[in-house]
Amino acid sequence: MTEHKTPTSTLFATLIALMVLLALSVVASKMLQGAAATTAALAIAVAKALLVGWIFMDLRRSSPLTRLIAVSGLFWLLIMVVLTAMDFATRGM
Amino acid sequence: MQFDDAEQQHEAAALGMWAFLATEILFFGGVLTGFVIYRHRYLEAFAEGGKELWPWIGTANTAVLLLSSFAMAMAVHEAETQGRRKHIARYLLLTALLGATFICVKAVEYTIDWHEGLIPSLNWHPEHLSHPDQTQMFFFFYFFLTILHAIHMTAGIGVILIVAWQTRRPDFSSEKKTTVEMLGLYWHFVDVVWIFLFPLLYLTA
Amino acid sequence: MSENIVQPELPLQRLNYINHDWSVWSWINSRDHKRIGVMYLLTITFLFFLGSLPAILIRLELLTPAPNLVTREIYNRLFTMHGVTMVFFFLVPSIPTSLGNFLLPMMIGARDLAFPRMNLASYYLFLAGAILALVSLVNGGVDTGWTFYTPYSTTFSNSAMTPMILGIFVAGFSSIFTGLNFIVTVHTMRCPGMYWSRLPLFVWSMYATSLILVLATPVLAITLLLVAAEHWFQVGIFDPKLGGDPLLYQHLFWFYSHPAVYIMILPSMGVISELVTTFSRKHVFGYTFIAFSSIAIAVLGFLVWGHHMFVSGQSMYAGMVFSVLSFLVAVPSAIKVFNWTMTLHKGSLVLKTPLLYALGFIGLFTIGGLTGLFLAALAVDVHVHDTYFVIAHFHYIMVGGTMMAYLGGVHYWWPKITGRMYPEGWGVFSAVLVFFGFNLTFFPQFILGYMGMVRRVADYDPQFQVLNVLSTAGASILGVGFLLPLCYLLWSLRYEPIAGDNPWGATGLEWKSPSPPPELNFETPPTVDGPAYDYDTETIHQEGKKKHV
Repeated sequence: MTEHKTPTSTLFATLIALMVLLALSVVASKMLQGAAATTAALAIAVAKALLVGWIFMDLRRSSPLTRLIAVSGLFWLLIMVVLTAMDFATRGM
Repeated sequence: MQFDDAEQQHEAAALGMWAFLATEILFFGGVLTGFVIYRHRYLEAFAEGGKELWPWIGTANTAVLLLSSFAMAMAVHEAETQGRRKHIARYLLLTALLGATFICVKAVEYTIDWHEGLIPSLNWHPEHLSHPDQTQMFFFFYFFLTILHAIHMTAGIGVILIVAWQTRRPDFSSEKKTTVEMLGLYWHFVDVVWIFLFPLLYLTA
Repeated sequence: MSENIVQPELPLQRLNYINHDWSVWSWINSRDHKRIGVMYLLTITFLFFLGSLPAILIRLELLTPAPNLVTREIYNRLFTMHGVTMVFFFLVPSIPTSLGNFLLPMMIGARDLAFPRMNLASYYLFLAGAILALVSLVNGGVDTGWTFYTPYSTTFSNSAMTPMILGIFVAGFSSIFTGLNFIVTVHTMRCPGMYWSRLPLFVWSMYATSLILVLATPVLAITLLLVAAEHWFQVGIFDPKLGGDPLLYQHLFWFYSHPAVYIMILPSMGVISELVTTFSRKHVFGYTFIAFSSIAIAVLGFLVWGHHMFVSGQSMYAGMVFSVLSFLVAVPSAIKVFNWTMTLHKGSLVLKTPLLYALGFIGLFTIGGLTGLFLAALAVDVHVHDTYFVIAHFHYIMVGGTMMAYLGGVHYWWPKITGRMYPEGWGVFSAVLVFFGFNLTFFPQFILGYMGMVRRVADYDPQFQVLNVLSTAGASILGVGFLLPLCYLLWSLRYEPIAGDNPWGATGLEWKSPSPPPELNFETPPTVDGPAYDYDTETIHQEGKKKHV
């Protein structure tokens, strides 16, 4: 079917990385405040999601079409959030 | 019958599952849009709400879910490398067990919230909060999002158990191995949703 | 049901998807995309006529300025029921689930869709959703308008909201499954030689529609859940009393509902492309442009939803952004109209019923589209928002556009689906009646809206009465025009001549199969070695003459 299947060691390493990032996010939330805290938390979440998507969900070995579908979902969500927020952000201007 | 060969079927299954996950991104995304808007508007009230949650429970639960994703990835790995059906089943059951643990912990959390009077509309006692209506909105999002997530997890656990049962049959063919792979995609997605919910809800304070 | 009328006393018929098994169970448990398409066709036809009933009452009520026929309360429930039924339970599913299901696999040379069981599940979800909406109707119905604006829908509306919301929610999953199925099918199951650049334009439009179905419908689903939660628990995010913003609801609702109108029009554009090329015996002008404009409409359609909210309290800057984007989305539609016109130009026109509907579409859709541009202009919209101008605009698109394309497509593919021709004389007569009745019904409404008649209100200023009477008169003619095909199409199943495999002499893989097709669509798996719409060859012309009944 497909060659170069992800070896078990890579899967395990990904798990460790995810746990480290989780610990990092908790530490960051305690040490940072306000916008910095939010940015750090979301950035770490994005990193975790990328690891899960790239390794666990096999986007690493997937066709360009599959990756396009994955990105499209996120892009469309972005459209919804950004254009909606644009309204709320520019009220009373 | 509609497919020419197994490869076409596998390709179709993968495309179908990814397209379905795209719909799920937008499904959760609707609520998240609202959450983002209101969090920006009522920063203080939402932060106060976040303080009422127990971040170490949330952290532990996140770890459980990440572990379950690893277990599922191992199940898929076994299925892809023509591993023994018993091994596939064991990893699937481990995934289901960890998922069930997550759900149980959430149930405990909800019970604590009930006793503290933090259930919007049904048992809401905001005496100590400075912006009760806005914090009630935070908790509306909290319960709506986590219950929606939990429903998706429960459905996933159900299908995992069914597929684990199906591995007992000697004719557990390559068709079914595709099923394990697709199930894996779904499970990882539910994990990714939580990866975002955790900081948004628990680490806002 | 009506398929049983195909009589057995004719000489030995070939086995086809209808006659290979007559049992009811084989139909209701069928994974065959053709049978599922037929079941959808029957169901949406029923729902169309059901949704017309409140419209009849509305037009009768509007004969007089005061609410004489029904109370204002009931009037509100009538226009809500009309909107909900027509939008969610007729227009959104119409062409994709009936013609799309039947034709898509055949047009790409496949035996079925990628996920036949999901297709059947999709049908039953649709049926369940429709039944839930009917439960709501029986319990008095809802009076919020099909748009369910908050806080009215969450705070003051009645208990019939719940089955209504659930019905639309469930039907939404039917849409999503259909869209998923179509996308995967087009990607993975094209026959040898069927490159993307050789796909019939109907398939391109089904694909583009499916993109919208998959990306937009989930947002509707979650929004309805949020409304339900707020309705049940009286706490939530759309209530100003609790710090919520009703405009958030409108953003979420229209994020789906604007692309939804493209779900309703794109399939019909695909039908028109097919009709125009067959009945001018000419390849489509600008195939690539039409194909890409379908995708462009699908994508751009997601960026314009705020034009429904110009006067709701949205920020002025957001209004300007959405206005500009709305002008942009008109461009690909205009490209299509131009290309269809150029296809007709210097073609050898065959003035049969399907082409009449196509010609009507091109004219009426253009008017509808242009008036959409008027509405996209902020300064104009301030005056005509919530007036009959808007109602006329969208009925020109939905009825003058989608409905006419739907009827044209049903007539065009009727011989393929049923193996029978329809009576051409009655077809022409009905098409003319529909065109005339439609314009008499809705053109006066442009004027009424411009003069200031407000929508969704049972009363109106007496100066508007003459135009309202004209509109109702037109509606009665339109109603006859819609009823006639129902009658003669059913009649044709028994009494009309048997159609050949390709009565129109058209290109396209579906016409290379017998009428009606066998269960697995083709007797031998097809291959494709040339572009679509290869009408310049003399052979096809001769074949068409030979096979025409």
